Amino acid sequence: MSEEGIVKKFCYMNRKAPYGTIYALESLEVVLIAAAFDQDISLVFADDGVYQLTKNQDTNGIGMKNFSKTYSALGDYDIKKIYVEKESLDERGLTADDLQALVYEDEDDDWAEKNSLFVVDRAELSSIIDSQDIVLSF
Amino acid sequence: MAALHTVNKSPFERNSLESCLRLAAKGSSVLLFEDGVIGAMKNTKHSDAVANAMSDVSFYVLGPDIKARGLNDSNVIDGITVIDYDGFVDLTTEHHTVQSWL
Amino acid sequence: MPLEVNGQSFETDEEGYLADLNQWQPDLAEAMAVADGAELSENHWEVINFLREYYEEYQIAPAVRVLTKAIGKKLGKDKGNSKYLYELFPYGPAKQACKYAGLPKPTGCV
Repeated sequence: MSEEGIVKKFCYMNRKAPYGTIYALESLEVVLIAAAFDQDISLVFADDGVYQLTKNQDTNGIGMKNFSKTYSALGDYDIKKIYVEKESLDERGLTADDLQALVYEDEDDDWAEKNSLFVVDRAELSSIIDSQDIVLSF
Repeated sequence: MAALHTVNKSPFERNSLESCLRLAAKGSSVLLFEDGVIGAMKNTKHSDAVANAMSDVSFYVLGPDIKARGLNDSNVIDGITVIDYDGFVDLTTEHHTVQSWL
Repeated sequence: MPLEVNGQSFETDEEGYLADLNQWQPDLAEAMAVADGAELSENHWEVINFLREYYEEYQIAPAVRVLTKAIGKKLGKDKGNSKYLYELFPYGPAKQACKYAGLPKPTGCV
């Protein structure tokens, strides 16, 4: 890739609950690898995908790795745009308070912590998705 | 002896819970586990369907799967019994057959 | 091939990464380094300990770019660059240091 490179808008669409299927973990691993390519990355959590971001996940009882802790590392990988669909939360009796806080540290602002998780409504999410070059579905 | 029906998929994702509730005989039991535990939670789009079925069938939900998903036992619909893996085993022995709704 | 340390046997994968990270102990790191013809200094241990803490918190080994940035923030700019880290771990900072730290090989990483 040339010095400037070609930056495309990549969107990772997450629509499944964690642990019951492998989609959530696979998506996370792909995102962590893809982050090395300096593209414009957005993560979307809609439908049952919102359960991936709940706080206080405890997998000791099911003998699986609790990968919800890894979402907090996304800021280190320069992933700063994480969108959660509000209507999906509503339909599930969840609110933003049920989700873990996600931040990134702004290197150019003395490492100040800034929010990277945005609850958006359906119309807003629709236009975010529409503005992407590539949408990867999980 | 009655049948035990198990549902391991989210009601938002599949219609397996809906089909199970439509066809489970009166007096049988329904166990929600893995992503199926989402069907046991209060205040969701599907909570009413489960609450309405409660007069005919007994509901159980697997606690470790609730905790894994960051959900809380206190948000389980009233009347559903939270059980652990030993309870799962007991349920299978107490029923004459197990039907999995995939 | 299992690794023999302090009279105990530790299972590793074909690349020498520890199979069960809960079995890790400092002597294992020393033994792995000796097998690579290296000796661990304070500077090595700073990175190894950092990786263990990072894994404990986030359940992943960081990519080398992330490691470099984070080390720079924690231990100073003179250590937060690939030249320094490659001198310490010539087989690739994340890869080699993760091995000594008992962590799985980082996903898609040098």
